[in-house]
Amino acid sequence: MVQLATFFLGDHQCAVGVEHVQEVLLDQPRTRVPGAPEAVAGLINLRGQVVTALDLRVRLKLSPLSENGSSMNVVVRNGDEVWSLLVDRIGDVIEVPDSQFEPPPDTLTGRLRELIIGAYKLDGHLLLVLDVARVLDLASVGSAASAAA
Amino acid sequence: MANDDLDAGLEDEIVQEFLIESYENLDQLDRDLVALEQSPGSRELLASIFRTIHTIKGTSGFLAYHRLETVTHAGESLLAKLRDGQFVMTLDTTDLLLRMVDLVRVLLGNIETSRTEGDTDVEGLTAQLRAMLAAGQSVPAPAAVEAASEIAEAATPVAPAEPAGPAVATAVATAVATAVATAVESTPAPAPTAPPTAPPTAPAAPPADKPAPAPMASTVGESSIRVDVELLEQLVRSAGELVLARNQILQRAAAVDDEILARACHRLNQVASELQEGVMRTRMQPIDQVWSKLPRVVRDLGSQLGRSVRLEMEGGDTELDRTLLEAVKDPLTHLVRNAIDHGIEPPADRRAAGKSEVGILRLRAAHEGGQVVVEVGDDGKGIDPAIIGPKAVSKGLITEARLAAMTPADILQLVFEAGFSTAATVTNVSGRGVGMDVVRTNIERIGGSIEVDSVPGRGTTWRLRIPLTLAIVPALTVLCSGERYALPQVNLLELVNLGGSKDATVARAGIEDVGGAEVYRLRGSLLPLVRLSEALSLDAVVSLNEDGEVEPGVLAVLEADGRRFGLVVDRVLDTEEIVVKPLSGIVKEIGSFAGATILGDGAVSLILDVQSLVRKMLRGVDTHDRSQLEQSVAEGSTASEEQLLVVGFGDERRVAIPLDVVTRLEEFPVENIERVGRREVVRYRGAILPLVRLSEHLGASARVDGATIPGVVYSARGRSVALAVDEIIDIVGADSAIPSDVEDFGLVGSALIKDRVTELLDVRAAILAADPMFFNHLESGELTGELTGAI
Repeated sequence: MVQLATFFLGDHQCAVGVEHVQEVLLDQPRTRVPGAPEAVAGLINLRGQVVTALDLRVRLKLSPLSENGSSMNVVVRNGDEVWSLLVDRIGDVIEVPDSQFEPPPDTLTGRLRELIIGAYKLDGHLLLVLDVARVLDLASVGSAASAAA
Repeated sequence: MANDDLDAGLEDEIVQEFLIESYENLDQLDRDLVALEQSPGSRELLASIFRTIHTIKGTSGFLAYHRLETVTHAGESLLAKLRDGQFVMTLDTTDLLLRMVDLVRVLLGNIETSRTEGDTDVEGLTAQLRAMLAAGQSVPAPAAVEAASEIAEAATPVAPAEPAGPAVATAVATAVATAVATAVESTPAPAPTAPPTAPPTAPAAPPADKPAPAPMASTVGESSIRVDVELLEQLVRSAGELVLARNQILQRAAAVDDEILARACHRLNQVASELQEGVMRTRMQPIDQVWSKLPRVVRDLGSQLGRSVRLEMEGGDTELDRTLLEAVKDPLTHLVRNAIDHGIEPPADRRAAGKSEVGILRLRAAHEGGQVVVEVGDDGKGIDPAIIGPKAVSKGLITEARLAAMTPADILQLVFEAGFSTAATVTNVSGRGVGMDVVRTNIERIGGSIEVDSVPGRGTTWRLRIPLTLAIVPALTVLCSGERYALPQVNLLELVNLGGSKDATVARAGIEDVGGAEVYRLRGSLLPLVRLSEALSLDAVVSLNEDGEVEPGVLAVLEADGRRFGLVVDRVLDTEEIVVKPLSGIVKEIGSFAGATILGDGAVSLILDVQSLVRKMLRGVDTHDRSQLEQSVAEGSTASEEQLLVVGFGDERRVAIPLDVVTRLEEFPVENIERVGRREVVRYRGAILPLVRLSEHLGASARVDGATIPGVVYSARGRSVALAVDEIIDIVGADSAIPSDVEDFGLVGSALIKDRVTELLDVRAAILAADPMFFNHLESGELTGELTGAI
C-alpha cells in the first residue's frame, strides 16, 4: 500500500507521495521574481522561511488558472530545499494498493507524461503520481522538453 | 557494550579537544617564536613556548602519538636550555623551532583526518633538534633535561600522578581542561600550566573506563565553554525569526487599544533586541584570530625576499562575525604578502631613500560606524599613479582619454582591475595579476569594500571596510514597478531625488543621453544610470504619487566593483535592518538577487545583488569604450598631444574644434561683417575673409549679438576663413575627452569634456561652408588627416 496526498489541477487528479509533503497552506501572498522561469510563481513566507512557489499548471503545461481562481500551497521537501507547489484544490490522503499502479498511460502526452512516475486506476478515473524531484528540477527537465518541442 | 561505545566516544572527544587546543597553541607558538626574535632572551616568552610544547608533548604521549611525542620532546629539550639561559636564541634556532611547529601541524592534520599520525618523517627534524642541542653545549641526556623541566613545572601539580586507570583519566581530563583554560585566557599567566602527564612508561595506557567528567566541567565551565558552531548558527537563525515575528506583532498591536498587550509587546521588543544582540555577540571573535598567523607570514616572507620588516598591530581585539573573519583571512594575508613583496623595499634601497632599513608593516582594526575598518599599511615605496596609469592603458583596461580625466586617487584604484599586476617581474609570492581583483571580489562578496591610498616613496595603505555581520544588514527598501526590493546600504553612497512634476519628460530633467546610454550629471561628474525596471525587465508600470503625479524616481548612487553608478527606482520607502534569507537554487541562478528577506508586514522581498547588476548592466559601457579605443588606434592617432578648443552656443551647446586648425582667436566687430551674395564675409587685417557662423552651420540657436562676435581664424597656404561662434570657453587636452559615437550633421562625433557633452566639429565641412574653394588649393589629404586625427 502506498500513501498519496492528492490534489486537483483542472480535470486532472494528481498526487505526490505523502513522505514528500510537509504541510498544506491556503493561498499565500507571493512576491514575484523577475527573471525567473515562468513556472516560478513567486516567493512565499512560510513562518519566516522564504519558500519558492512553483505553479504546477505552468510546470505541467496546462492552461493557466482563471483570473480570480485561488491556489493552495502543497509544501514539499526535496533534499534540503523546501518548495511550495501551487494546485487548484486539495484532495484526500489516500492509500492505494501497489497492484493498481500502471506506467504512464499512452493517452497522456507532453510535459505531464514526462513528470509523472505513473498512474493508479481509481474508480472511474486515473490518479497521476508526480515525480517530485523531476518536477522541481526546472533546469534539466524543463529545458529538455522545450528543446524537444 | 554501551560502555565501549561511551569509551570510544570519549576517546574521540579527547582527541578532538586535543586537536583544537593544539591548533590554538600552535598559533600562539608562531607568534611567540617570532616575538622572541625581536627580544631574544625573554624568559617570559620562552617559558610560554616551553609550556605549550610541553603540553602537546604530554598529551600526545598519553594518546600514543609517538611521532608527535618524539619531535616535541626534542624541541622541548632545546627550549628548556633556551629558557634556562644556557643557550641563546639565534636565527637558526628560530628556524628550526618554526619548522618543528610546522611538522607538529602536519602531524595534527594527519590525526585529524585519519586519527593516526600517518607516516610523516619526524626523524630528520628530531635529529637536527638534537644536533643543535648537542652543538650548543655539552648536552645532558634528554631524559635528564625532561626530568629537570618537569620538576620545574611541577610547582603546582593539579592532580596526583598515580598510574592507576581512573587517576590517569582525571589527569588527562584536567590536562585538557587546563590547557583550554590557558588558551582562553591567552595571557601567558605564570600560574598552573602543564600538569604532570602520564609517565613515559605508559604512553599506550588504555582509555579510562570510568570517565570523570565532573572535574573537567567544573574547571572549564567557570569561564567559558566550547559550543558547536552549528548550534550557534541555529540560535542566530532563531533569533532572526524572533525579530521578524516581533516586527509583525508590533505592527498589529499598534492598531489595537489594549494596554496589557502593549506592555507585553514592549517587553517582547526589549527581550528580542537583547537576545538578538547577545546571540550575534556569541559569533563575534577578535580579529586577532586571523592576525595571529601574520607574524609568521611576515617573518618567513621577509627573510625569503631579503626585507627586514617590523610588524605593528593595533586593535587586535576588534571583533567581527566569525564567518566574516574566515572570509577576510585570505584577502588580509594577500595584502600583507603584497606589502612585503611590492611595498617595502630591500634594505639597501631604503637606506638610499633615507629611510630606516627596517620597513614597518602596520595592521590596524577598529569599529567605525557599524563597520569594521581594517588597514594594512606599509612605509614602502608606494604606488605611483604615473606608472599605474600607462600600464592600465597598455593592458587595454582603460583608454588613454579616460586616464587623462582621472584623478591620481582614481588611477590608484585601477590596481583592483582584473588582469592588472604591478610587479615588473613575476615572483612566486605575488604578481600574477590575479591578486587585487580577487581580493576585491572576495571583500565585496561579504558586503565589504576596499580602497587604497598611496604616496609614492612614502608607503601604501589598503583600507578594508567590512560589515560586522552578514546575517542582519541595514538596507533600503525601494519601490520599483509596484514591487518592493531591498537594497543593501553598504553599496549606497547617496540618494538623489529626481524631482516631481506632472510632465514625465520634465521629470527626467538632469538625465542626459550619451550614445544611447543614460547618464546623470552629479556635481560635475557623469554617472551612468541603470534603471532597475530595465535591469530586472519589469513591466513599465508608471508609479503615481499621492498627488497623482508621475513618480519621478529616486537615484540611488551606488558603488560596486570599483564603479559608481546611479540606480533609478520609483521611490524609496524605508530603511530597516533586514534578516538575510537564502534563496533556492533556481532563484539564485538569475543572478540579480543576493537573498530574500521578510518585511515588517510579513511579505517577502528580494535583496538586490548590486555587484551582479552593475556587471550585467554596465558591461555595455566597457565594450563601447573598447571599440572607441580600437577605432582611434586604427586611425593611427595618439591623441595625446592634441588640444581642443571648446566653444559655446546660446542654447548651452558646446562644440570642440581641434586647436591645430585654429590660427588665431579673434573678436570680430559686428560692423566689419558684410554680406556678399549668400555668404557673409568679414574685414580682417586688411583682407576679406569668408565667414561662417557655426551656430547657423550646425543649426544651433545663436545668441543675441553684441558689439563683437568671437571667432576662429583658420589659415592655410595664404587662404583664411573665419568661423564665428558665440563664446570661446576653454582649451582642453584631447585625451581628456571621453569619446562617444553620437553624430549629427556637421559633426564627427561627440565627447565628454570636463563633464559636459561636447560635440566635435567636422572642421572640413565647416570650412567648406565658408569657402567651397578652400581645399582646392591644398594637396589633397593634407588637412583631412590632421582633422580626423583629433579624436
